[in-house]
Amino acid sequence: MNSRIYYIATNTFREAVRDRVLYNLIAFALLLTGAAVLVGQISIEIEKLVVINLGLTAVSLFGIVIAIFIGIGLVSKEIDKRTLYTMLSRPVRRWEFIAGKFFGLAGTLVVNTLLMAVGVFAAVLYVSRHFAGSDASILTALYFIVLQFVIVTALALLFSSFSSPLLSAVFTFSLFVIGTFAEDLRGFAKLTHGLPGMLATAAAYVVPNFSALNVISQVAHGGPVSSELILYNTLYALVYAAAVLSAAVLIFERRNLK
Amino acid sequence: MAAIEVLALHKTYQVGFWRKRPKIALKPLTLSVEEGEIFGFLGPNGAGKTTTLKMLMGLVFPTGGTARILGMELDDPRMKAQIGFLPEHPYFYDYLTARELLKYYGHLSGVEAKQLSQKTDVMLERVGLKDAACVQLRKFSKGMLQRVGIAQAILHDPKVVFLDEPMSGLDPMGRREVRNLIEELKAEGKTVFFSTHILSDAEALCDRVAIIHLGELRRVGAIAELTENIHSKVEIVWQGTVAPAAFKTMEAECHTAGDTTRAVIPEETQEAALEALRHERLRLISVTPVRTSLEDYFMAQLADRTETQAPTSSGQDRRAACPTPDKGQALSNVGRA
Repeated sequence: MNSRIYYIATNTFREAVRDRVLYNLIAFALLLTGAAVLVGQISIEIEKLVVINLGLTAVSLFGIVIAIFIGIGLVSKEIDKRTLYTMLSRPVRRWEFIAGKFFGLAGTLVVNTLLMAVGVFAAVLYVSRHFAGSDASILTALYFIVLQFVIVTALALLFSSFSSPLLSAVFTFSLFVIGTFAEDLRGFAKLTHGLPGMLATAAAYVVPNFSALNVISQVAHGGPVSSELILYNTLYALVYAAAVLSAAVLIFERRNLK
Repeated sequence: MAAIEVLALHKTYQVGFWRKRPKIALKPLTLSVEEGEIFGFLGPNGAGKTTTLKMLMGLVFPTGGTARILGMELDDPRMKAQIGFLPEHPYFYDYLTARELLKYYGHLSGVEAKQLSQKTDVMLERVGLKDAACVQLRKFSKGMLQRVGIAQAILHDPKVVFLDEPMSGLDPMGRREVRNLIEELKAEGKTVFFSTHILSDAEALCDRVAIIHLGELRRVGAIAELTENIHSKVEIVWQGTVAPAAFKTMEAECHTAGDTTRAVIPEETQEAALEALRHERLRLISVTPVRTSLEDYFMAQLADRTETQAPTSSGQDRRAACPTPDKGQALSNVGRA
């Protein structure tokens, strides 16, 4: 990574930390502790399944909320506050700014997820008293969740590069919801024919496929995740995020900062 | 070699949501700034100063024309490493301390890490923020933010410094410090291009100025050149609350305070004015030459434009009419010799 991207990324991370974004960890810890204690009292045999399900879903939701609400301001806030003026009058290229912002927020989300992961494993240990070999799949699920964050961050950054924070939030959240049902959309596309079928197929492949990145239920039931899926999902997320970031750069390179 | 060369640079925005219509922000602008020069870019609000600076900084793309700084294109990172920029009403990352901000910008400008700490400390001391180095910017006053802004613009020892309204928001002490700092930059051999609408600042500092109004360059030159064709004036003060009738024909601007009247008249009418005062036996207090200032020139330029656009509003209307006596009314006895 070139040094300017690195400095912009670390500054973005520092901004998130100083704006107390990581305080969400307190809410997460309280939620998970409460759930573990409660589930231990009311559930028989399925405590672990419930805790893994709840824990990973919480990791995903907290992260998505952070990715959207910080991501939508990454560019527009810099323009509104005019902090970008002193940045781009230096030897910083516009694509470097976008890349730095992306890595900064992605890094924040990775750190946040790692700390939450510690909480998930602690809750699993609390309810089951020991770790099983299949618990390693939780790491895979967490990895997929991080891949989701990477895509959502790129999308938020794309919308932030040309629209207002409110519209960016609406667009990003809508795409996240649609993407969660991407497999259903693809199934629907196969059932339709003619122009609607073509449109549905195009839409199904353009929206991000978050359903393929969601293995929470499978992991909670102790099911393994194939290495092919890990490879496929990794490539898919990286290529998708790179394409979205390229679009963001193309738009931002042409934008007048009035 | 010219430090800044601007050739027919212009900008037209498309405004409106459905029906786009052109709005000219800057008409073709051509000017050149020599190395080591302090160049003032003057104009009222909305004249096109900030648009020009934004185009030079690569923040706004020109509709046409070209510009080169230190002989390099505007998007050349090597050029950007050698310039500093202070935007108008600067905002910075307010979660950072002054030292953190300067270090961050230093890294982005390519200052070597080994030298950065030392340069940052020197710069903080130079702009008078040594004691506030570890305070977050969200706790800074407007004047302190302006100082940080100047510090970040010159931290990396640039050859050309662009300052957009650098005195804005500063108290008299702060303005004097910024003036001194700009003079220091010139003494160090740097080129300073600064925009302002505070003419006294430009007059005190600039080797040359450009005057821009309604997106159009009006004149470029040294202040003495610009003001040489402005007719000199004299200020006459006498005791009394009315002026002789002859003053009416002299384009006099009169102001009465207490029992004295002050009139500013063209130099060539001085003898006639004194003769009129003698004739009316009014006691003369002083006759003082009025220095032709950049402000006179600037206002004349703007007045020309205003007259062209709105013939009913002329510079003459703004003058205070001389309180001449009504027909048959005797002059005030106060002040008679």
